[in-house]
Amino acid sequence: MSVIVVLIGASLLVATGFLIAYLWAVKSGQYDDKYTPSVRILFEEEKKSEDRNKKSVVKNNSEF
Amino acid sequence: MKQLETLERKTDTKYFCFHCGDECPDEIIHLEEKIFCCNGCKTVYEILNNSNLCNYYSIDQNPGITQKHHIKRNYAFLNDEDLKLKLIDFTDGKRTRLTFDIPQMHCSSCIWILENLYKLNAGIISSKVNFLQKKVFISFQDEKTSLKEIVELLDSIGYEPQLNLEERKEKKNKSIYKNLYYKIGIAGFCFGNIMLLSFPEYLSIDVSGHDELKRIFAYLNILLSLPVFFYSSSYYFISAWKGLKKKFVNINVPLALGIAALFLRSIIEIVFMHGAGYLDSLSGLVFFLLIGKLFQNKTYETLNFERNYKSYFPIAVTIQKGKNETTIPVEKLNIGDRLIIRNNELIPADSILIKGNANIDYGFVTGESMPISRVNGEMIYAGGKQIGSAIEVETIKVVSQSYLTQLWNNKAFRKDLEHEQESRITSFANTVSKYFTITIIALAVIAALIWQNNSTLAFNAFTAVLIVACPCALALSTPFALGNTLRIFGKNKFYLKNTFIIEKLAAVNTIVFDKTGTITENNSSSVEFIGEKLNDDEKTFVKSVVRNSAHPLSTAIFNFTDSKIIKNIDLYDEQTGKGIYAVIHGNEIKLGSNIFINEKPEQADDELSTKVFLSINGKTKGYFNITNKYRGGLNETISELEHNYELALLSGDNEGEKEKLRNYFGADNELHFRQSPQNKLDFILRLQESGKKVLMIGDGLNDAGALKQSDVGISVSDNTNNFSPACDGIIDSKSFYLFKDFIKFSKSSMKIIFSSFILSLVYNLIGLGFAFQGTLSPLIAAILMPLSSISAVVFTTVLTNVFAKRRGLI
Repeated sequence: MSVIVVLIGASLLVATGFLIAYLWAVKSGQYDDKYTPSVRILFEEEKKSEDRNKKSVVKNNSEF
Repeated sequence: MKQLETLERKTDTKYFCFHCGDECPDEIIHLEEKIFCCNGCKTVYEILNNSNLCNYYSIDQNPGITQKHHIKRNYAFLNDEDLKLKLIDFTDGKRTRLTFDIPQMHCSSCIWILENLYKLNAGIISSKVNFLQKKVFISFQDEKTSLKEIVELLDSIGYEPQLNLEERKEKKNKSIYKNLYYKIGIAGFCFGNIMLLSFPEYLSIDVSGHDELKRIFAYLNILLSLPVFFYSSSYYFISAWKGLKKKFVNINVPLALGIAALFLRSIIEIVFMHGAGYLDSLSGLVFFLLIGKLFQNKTYETLNFERNYKSYFPIAVTIQKGKNETTIPVEKLNIGDRLIIRNNELIPADSILIKGNANIDYGFVTGESMPISRVNGEMIYAGGKQIGSAIEVETIKVVSQSYLTQLWNNKAFRKDLEHEQESRITSFANTVSKYFTITIIALAVIAALIWQNNSTLAFNAFTAVLIVACPCALALSTPFALGNTLRIFGKNKFYLKNTFIIEKLAAVNTIVFDKTGTITENNSSSVEFIGEKLNDDEKTFVKSVVRNSAHPLSTAIFNFTDSKIIKNIDLYDEQTGKGIYAVIHGNEIKLGSNIFINEKPEQADDELSTKVFLSINGKTKGYFNITNKYRGGLNETISELEHNYELALLSGDNEGEKEKLRNYFGADNELHFRQSPQNKLDFILRLQESGKKVLMIGDGLNDAGALKQSDVGISVSDNTNNFSPACDGIIDSKSFYLFKDFIKFSKSSMKIIFSSFILSLVYNLIGLGFAFQGTLSPLIAAILMPLSSISAVVFTTVLTNVFAKRRGLI
């Protein structure tokens, strides 16, 4: 039966891990703003848009 | 009469601005196949295009903010060091962090552009948006840019930040929120694990022979319950203690008693009697209570219910010192300073006009949008906005002592904290809890006395009564019923500061209305022409003339007149406060006051209504009668409320519409006209002294005192982001017709709470049956408590929704 003690210990450890993850999430501000990140994630990646910038800068120059 | 050369306006094709999506006026501005409604919009497009930020236009359709009414402001005052320190959050001399309120934010494109500010200004390190709060957090390098440049940049792309010093103290509120999340997380974690460890108990699994396992589980439970008892439930003990110190028993007193009884009894049972304890019930109870608290704490983050005049006044003003113009923070303004007020700037203190054509719009103060003209030497009250060219004024009072602002020195504005405390006293749950607590303590003592021969049983019975009588169902039904009501109101654009207001709303028996802007519509008025019937040419003249004027009366006539437009006007002369003189194709057109049109007016000017006279080629044709338009649903609102409430009307205006209002309000309700802000406040105070519970519904800053003094102050607003004086609730003007339903629904909610209380009493009686016999087993407690809590939550939530549906609110 002592295996149960080990299992309980393990389950508590895992659960504590999740609790800590939750507390960390609250602390880092994830619960302050529950809307904006959902929009932000849909924006294009920074790298791509920089690439596009370069291209269009060239285009602009040729126009001048 | 000459043949008219009219420009046909193509009514079948409409053009919409590429930037803001507004319909374009006659003259369309083209740029690279794109159409703009005004130069402002075009400029913004150019700025974004030059920095390759046109992605802005592909995220959302026409995301821009129209620049038609945009006024270029001078931000030189932002170089003032004192002011700078007040506006920023943090600086170390190299890097600065600050937060701006940007109410114009409305779509995904806004988020995108505001988070890409660094592409427009290399000094900006990062910018992050909180959309629901309409805030942007910016950090920048001091050597590369400055506060002023950032504000100018935001202004130039249409996101002018709201600069005011009043609203910079919300941080505290946020940490309370975070604490609640921490507490819920910990309580939930402990609740789950304690339940897991209590399973053998629930299932009556025979663990004989493994006694040490049972001990380990029980002690683990104690360990897990410590953070619940000492951390998560701390609020209930603190609040109960604070209440008792003020000799007042709030709902948290019986809750704290119950929690303490549960904890102590469990510890004693586990340590001394080798029992299982009630720790699962304890942690479950705390967990549910905290969830209820979270549900009740719903707030409208973007709305601010605590604004005073400082939020609307400029933070800096331009003054004339000798020959130089300088900008100083508004609180440093002294009596006798010469102020320069430019177009669309607000007058911050009562002053006397020295130079220029003053045309003051007091819409901000009174809700009345017709500008009033003033001549040199006349007094201008604070809160007015200059329309037109710059004027020079001399202050005669400091800001806080001006006619409008001295209202805030009234004691109604100083009783904030007491007021909050008071609201707790009157809430239903707190009223009940006084009797409730006394009863359960008496019952617990009786139960102990019954078993006095057996000390163990006596202790068991005593604590069991405290445990089962814990009013968790009542404590939960209030936040859930009111929280849900608050949300239903919110869906219908009626935003309340907190849930306590609902209880106060239900208790109201007198309703006081403001007139202008509250029961009348702000931006539309009804126009009729009285006099000779105008032919088509004459109508065309009128419409073409008023088209050139920005005066609200002209706009009203423009919208009223249905005809073509002539673009070329030979002569146009608008005389402030008098009228317009124009010549079109040799025809003289005069529009304006009676004196302006007829040098010797036949009839005396009737000041009670607004009339615009018209003469063409020296012949008076008649006048346009312009009256306020009452909000839709006013009649139904009043006739329905009349039966159960005492009604009254307070108006800052003259008696012009008294007769008309009598039709609405009936014979026995009070109507008062020419009321100053102070009069309004005093009127409410008088009603309260005669024992009335008063609801005030108003809009302008002139109602601010009355709104604050009343038991429930509700402000009507056309745009909830824009303007609202300190109040308990904000109602969108589009939802005004639902006002009567809101009041009735608040009453239904209180009835639901009451019936839920009866329901919870039934549970308590069943529990008491067990408690008195001394046979309350942990299992029964573990079933009874969550069952009563959950059924209270379900009962109230379902019923509030059913009632809301019946009223057509969802």
